[in-house]
Order: sequence, then C-alpha cells, then structure tokens
Amino acid sequence: MRFLIYRYNPEVDGKPYMKEYRLDVGRGMMLRDALLKIKEMDETFSFRHSCGEGVCGSDAMNINGMNGLACLTSVVSLKEPIEIRPVPGMPVIRDLVVDMSQFYHHYRAIKPYMMVHDSEPEVEYLQTPAQREKLDGLYECILCGCCSTACPSFWWNPDKFRGPAALLQAYRFMADSRDQGTFERLADLDGPYRLFRCHSIMNCVNVCPKGLNPTSAIHNIKKLMLKDMV
Amino acid sequence: MSIARRKFDTLVIGAGGGGLRSALQLARADAKVAVVSKVFPTRSHTVAAQGGMNAALANVLPDNWHWHMYDTIKGSDYLGDQDAIEYMCRAASNIVVELEHAGVPFSRLDNGKIYQRPFGGQSQNFGGEQAARTCAAADRTGHAILHTLYQQNIKSKTHFFDEYFAIDLVKDKEGFVLGALVLEIETGEPLLIEAKTTLLATGGAGQLFRTNTNATINTGDGMAMALRAGIPLQDMEFFQFHPTGIAGRGMLITEGARGEGGYLINKDGERFMERYAPHAKDLASRDVVSRAISTEVREGRGCGPDGHHVLLKLDHLGRDVLYKRLPGICQTSKTFMRIDPAEEPIPVFPTAHYTMGGIPTNRNGQVIVPTETGQESIPGLYAVGECACVSVHGANRLGGNSLLDIVIFGRAAGNDIVKYLGENRYHRQLDKDSVDKAMEHLQRWDKKGQGEKVSTVKHDLQVVMEEYCGVFRTEEVLQEGLNKVIEIEQRLHNVHLTDHSKIFNTARIEALELENLVDIALATVASALARHESRGAHSRIDYPARDDQQWLKHSLFYKEGQKLDYKPVTLKPISVDSFPPKERVY
Repeated sequence: MRFLIYRYNPEVDGKPYMKEYRLDVGRGMMLRDALLKIKEMDETFSFRHSCGEGVCGSDAMNINGMNGLACLTSVVSLKEPIEIRPVPGMPVIRDLVVDMSQFYHHYRAIKPYMMVHDSEPEVEYLQTPAQREKLDGLYECILCGCCSTACPSFWWNPDKFRGPAALLQAYRFMADSRDQGTFERLADLDGPYRLFRCHSIMNCVNVCPKGLNPTSAIHNIKKLMLKDMV
Repeated sequence: MSIARRKFDTLVIGAGGGGLRSALQLARADAKVAVVSKVFPTRSHTVAAQGGMNAALANVLPDNWHWHMYDTIKGSDYLGDQDAIEYMCRAASNIVVELEHAGVPFSRLDNGKIYQRPFGGQSQNFGGEQAARTCAAADRTGHAILHTLYQQNIKSKTHFFDEYFAIDLVKDKEGFVLGALVLEIETGEPLLIEAKTTLLATGGAGQLFRTNTNATINTGDGMAMALRAGIPLQDMEFFQFHPTGIAGRGMLITEGARGEGGYLINKDGERFMERYAPHAKDLASRDVVSRAISTEVREGRGCGPDGHHVLLKLDHLGRDVLYKRLPGICQTSKTFMRIDPAEEPIPVFPTAHYTMGGIPTNRNGQVIVPTETGQESIPGLYAVGECACVSVHGANRLGGNSLLDIVIFGRAAGNDIVKYLGENRYHRQLDKDSVDKAMEHLQRWDKKGQGEKVSTVKHDLQVVMEEYCGVFRTEEVLQEGLNKVIEIEQRLHNVHLTDHSKIFNTARIEALELENLVDIALATVASALARHESRGAHSRIDYPARDDQQWLKHSLFYKEGQKLDYKPVTLKPISVDSFPPKERVY
C-alpha cells in the first residue's frame, strides 16, 4: 500500500514535506505496525508509540484527515494513499511528534485531583454502583489529545480554551460523589473562554479512540453552572 | 564540553506507579524531587495493568492479610523473602484505602464498598477455598491508579522531566550514588541531574521476548544501569509468562477474565485445567496454567489450524457481566481479533509478561549487595517495582500483587529516603570519571560507519530469547541460547546509526534501549542455565523437581565476568511464624 507521511526535521529540512513509502500490508496489520516497518526502512522517521493497545495514548496522529491512534487503526480499512500527518494545531517538533505542553497545561489547570474538605475516615468512602456508574465514560481518558487537537475552538484559542480533554476531566471530578470541589471547579471555568468556547461542533466525540463524549461532559458542566447561578 | 546541571534532593527515574508513589511521599515531605521519565508519566506501563490489586479487605469473602501472605509465599514457590511479603500483605488494605481516598474509581459492590474479584493462587484459611482479594476498577485498574497518582503529584507540584532518557548513574569516589546523566529527547542535549538520593523505578524488560504483553518502552533500562554500575541482578531466570496473551499478538487478557468465571478449553472442548490443578482449576498460579497450556499444545491438543493455542471461553458469563466487569478486554479482542468474547472464545497462549528478578533491595527500597562478611546497602541508591527484586514475588508472581508491590514499596522507599536526607544534608562531590564514563556511553552512538541496524539485532535477540529461554528449558537449549546472546552482544559493536540528528531522535533512544536489553538477556539466560531445578516460572525438563537442599537461594548475576553468586532466602517473617517450604499443589 502507498503511504504519504509528513516529514520535518528542523535540523535539515527548510520546510515540511510529504514522503512516499510503499509497504506490503498483511491482514490484521495495524497502522502502528506499518509505521514501525517504515521506521525499519528509514530510521530517521520519528513518531511516539508505546503500548500498542490503545491505553498509553502515545500515538495520536492525523490519519487520512481524521485524528486517531495508530495502534487501534487497521491499515486495510484505510483509503490509499494513506496520508499521515501530526495532529493539527500543535507546534511540530519533528515528523509526527508534536509539542503537547499546552495540552498538558490545560489538564493541570483544571485541578485534576480529588478535593475533599472533610476529614478522612480510616476506611474507603462508600459509593453506590449507581454513583460509580456516573464516572464511566469519563475516567477512561488516556490523554492522547485526539479530541482537543481536532477542535476548531481549541485551534482558535489554544491558550484560553481548556479544550475537550481537560474539560472532560473537570467533569469527571464534578461527577464523582466523593469530590467536594465542584463549586471551586465551576468558578475556575467561568468567563467567556475556558469553557464557553465550546460550540458543540462535536469533532471531539467523532475522533475519541476510547468512545468518550467530551461534548456531553461540557454540556453537563454548563448545566451545573446554570443551576449554581439560580 | 560542559554539561548543563540541575540539583535536587532526590532523583526518581521512571514515572510508573512505583516512581510516582515515591515522588508523592517525598514531595509531601517537602523534599525537592525530580521525576525523569522517557515518556509522559501517564504513558508508563502501569497504565496497562488490568485486573486489579490484592488486599485482604474481605469485602466479598472472608479474608485476612495472613492468608494473603501464605498465598504469596506459596505462589513464589518459597523463593520470596518472607519479611518483605509480610510487610506488603499487612500494609495492603491501608494502601488501597489511601488510593481510594485519592480518587481511584474502584468498581463498587451493592453496599458501596470496593469491588473485589477472585484471582489466581488466592485462598482462604491457608490453602482452603478460593478467596476474592483483588480490588478492581473494571479491567482498567492500572490506568485508574496511574492517573490518580499522577494527579496527586500535580497537586503536590512534583517537578517532572518528561521525555528525558536516563543514560547512567553517577557516583563519587566512595561509591555514593549521586544522580544520573540523562538525555533530553526533544533537544538531544545531555543533562546532569545531581541528587543526594536516586530511585530507580524503571519497570520490567518484557521486550526481551518477541511476543510479549509489554509496551515498547519496557526495556529494563534501570536494571541495565545497575549492572553497569557494578550492581548484580537477582533471580533473573524467573520470567513470568502470562497464560492468556492473545495468541500470536501478545495483547494481555486479564486473569480477571478467569476470576469472573471464564475458563480454558483445548481442541476437544475439554476444560483441561481440571487435570492439572483439580482444586483451583483455571485459577491456579500463572506458572502452573502457562505450563498446562504449553503442554496441551505440545501434545497436540491445541486449537486452530496449526494447533498453536487454546481458547479462553467467556460467552457463558453473558454480555452484561462481560461489558460491565471486563470492558477493556472485550474491546481489545474486538479491535485486534474481530472476536466478540460474548459470542466466541478468545485464542490465547502463554506470553512474556513480567520480570520477577531485578535489582536486589530490602523492604525499605535500599539497594543491597553482598560483601565478604554479609551485605550492605549502596549509599544513595534505591529501587522499587518491577525493576527491583525485594523479593516479594520469588519464582512466580501472583496476579494482583504487582500493583500492590509498586505502591507499597514506592511509599516505603519514599519514607526511607526522607530519613536518609535527614542524615545526609549536603550534596557530595561528584567523581568526574563517573560523569565522563556516562558521557562516553552516550557518545558511542555518535560514531559513524557501516554496520548492522538496531532493529535487526533487536529482532534477533527477541527470537533467541523466545526460542531458547521460554516456558520449558533444558541445559542444552539454554547453553545454545547463552552462546547466541553472547554473539549478539558481539554484534552490538558493529551496530551503527544512520541518523545522527539531535532533535527527537528516536533511533538513538532505541539503540540505547537495545544495549540495555542485551545486558539483561545475558543475566537472564546465564542465571537460568545455572539453576539446576524447577521452581516457579523456571521450568527445567532436565531437572523437573524443586530442590530445596541445593537451590533455596537467590541468584545474583554480575555483568563483570558474567559472574554468578548466591544469597539465602529470608525465611523469617517480621512478626509471625515462618512458612517452611512444602509441596506446592493447586
């Protein structure tokens, strides 16, 4: 199959270019396997990857125009030539490797940890299965960045809009019956940018490799905010 | 050439559960702590742990820590150190509660308590009925714990060096370990991190084998750094093959699948574990189940056109239970095999999974080496988790004990480091030679020329390890394996990079990782060749019995001269009676 891969090494390349590779592709081959074969042919090609089964979140990239994880993408399902680019909207360090600093900054900024003001018991907090179920679809995020880098609002305001990944995690704690920080979290997200730049375009939902729904989480935050105001 | 320098109280190398739990303890004690990780912390391999973490909470069935201790010792085939095992099992319940308070989204029982499932090798009342000891967040427990620990470190403002690769430890003339030379992957620039204490938490070396459940990053970097620093590796012949990796591909299918009621069948549809472990059946220890599967396949009862695997049957559990309790492996099975476990069984085969051996430590995480008269700690150096050998897993780790190991000993090492820092308040003077040596190691890959490629040599190494150091071993095969690994070590001199660029040069990282793997392969095969008995995961066809007279002892492999030494197993626990070795049946 034909692959067109975005290449850019700032040490030698004046500007980025697309390089063509050809590869025999077996049934059941994942895109990550194919990229590893290409790297065997050309070791100057750089991309991040690790677990190979969609839990570490390293190999987010833009595959035929759509963000996804290479390790979970079957090659035969893709249309030729297969165009691979870095996820959009982030500074490129080299080839498919982008600078994720801003993405991580937004994650840290939503205070992604339990806040409990009361003293702790010596045993576990009780949580009913129904309360725990509210975390399903939220806690599974692997911080791959597919969603935020597919979001036009994030492209426009990468410094101010928290983006779908960070907001999904903000809601993960609001939805947790054990957490007591909702008021503080809502106050932190107030204003025209951090939360409200989301216009329900839903690219995030379309690309999430874990099948999560950041748009719905953002919607739920907005509802909590409204309830908080009246 | 002058190298940039940073100074911290403690340098933690590795940002999986062990490294992050230590870092948290240190940050909370107001120590200046730097965590170096070659990947962003939540991409560390702890994230892939599925089934759960053992603690005798007794939320589902009666339980106590002493039964857990017995099971762990029996599971270790009596090679585990009983003081460390007692310490771990006693502390388990508290540390699970602590994680829960920190936010880990454990699955829940109807009464609101943490959900626990049965796992292999667990019993009530010292070998009685099956226990349910494994605390689970569906089948994503490692992910839940790793993310929570990273989040807590964000709260504590731990200093992270993300995407820095550790090259070698640096020392002073008296042998104090004083940090490490690291490489910033993004810029390709070296950085010297000076620290009063250094903790290795770099994980295992599953990449030794071609088919493995491990991430690409699991190349045993810390173990190899220790070897190069003159420290031996302990019990490296004990490598765990997980019974249920997806056949031919390696993705892990959690033991929790059998804990929830799944079972293995051969081509005749027979539930063959009943023959090998009449009592525990599919929930016997991993070494037992892996040998059983290999035997079924060798004796012609394997499934599929080539008879190369067995089947893990889950459909009888029903779609609801499967997708509620095991959503991750259902997805993995569908993505990689196009098999929905609610309808069809999953083809599985024993797959390289876990390094029981590692850097010898005591239960405070201090790295311990033998001396003429006994043993001593290496001042300033600690190790925890899969890269370490405490030893709580001995010859075979029980499922659910590795997540426990990393947080228990991560915390213990953190506490001991705080004590050490109180007694060693000032930075010591680095020995320039040790820095030069580390720089030489890094610069070796700047050499240009024609030669072999890293990927070819790595592939050959993995094939050799799989073929010559697998589930069943003999003298002849291991000897040939050792010769082949030595050949590969020689070939390393002739490996050259074609890419010498600085910025995010992953080819250079892979070369450094390959060097580490080769060192660990040597340690593994040499230790396996020398051990003339079968114990736990080390199964010798030519020495089929366990031999407590000769071999109830830990192996120690030194890189220099490929020398082997031995030290006794600690059979005396901290406060309870010893569990003397007895016949191990499930």
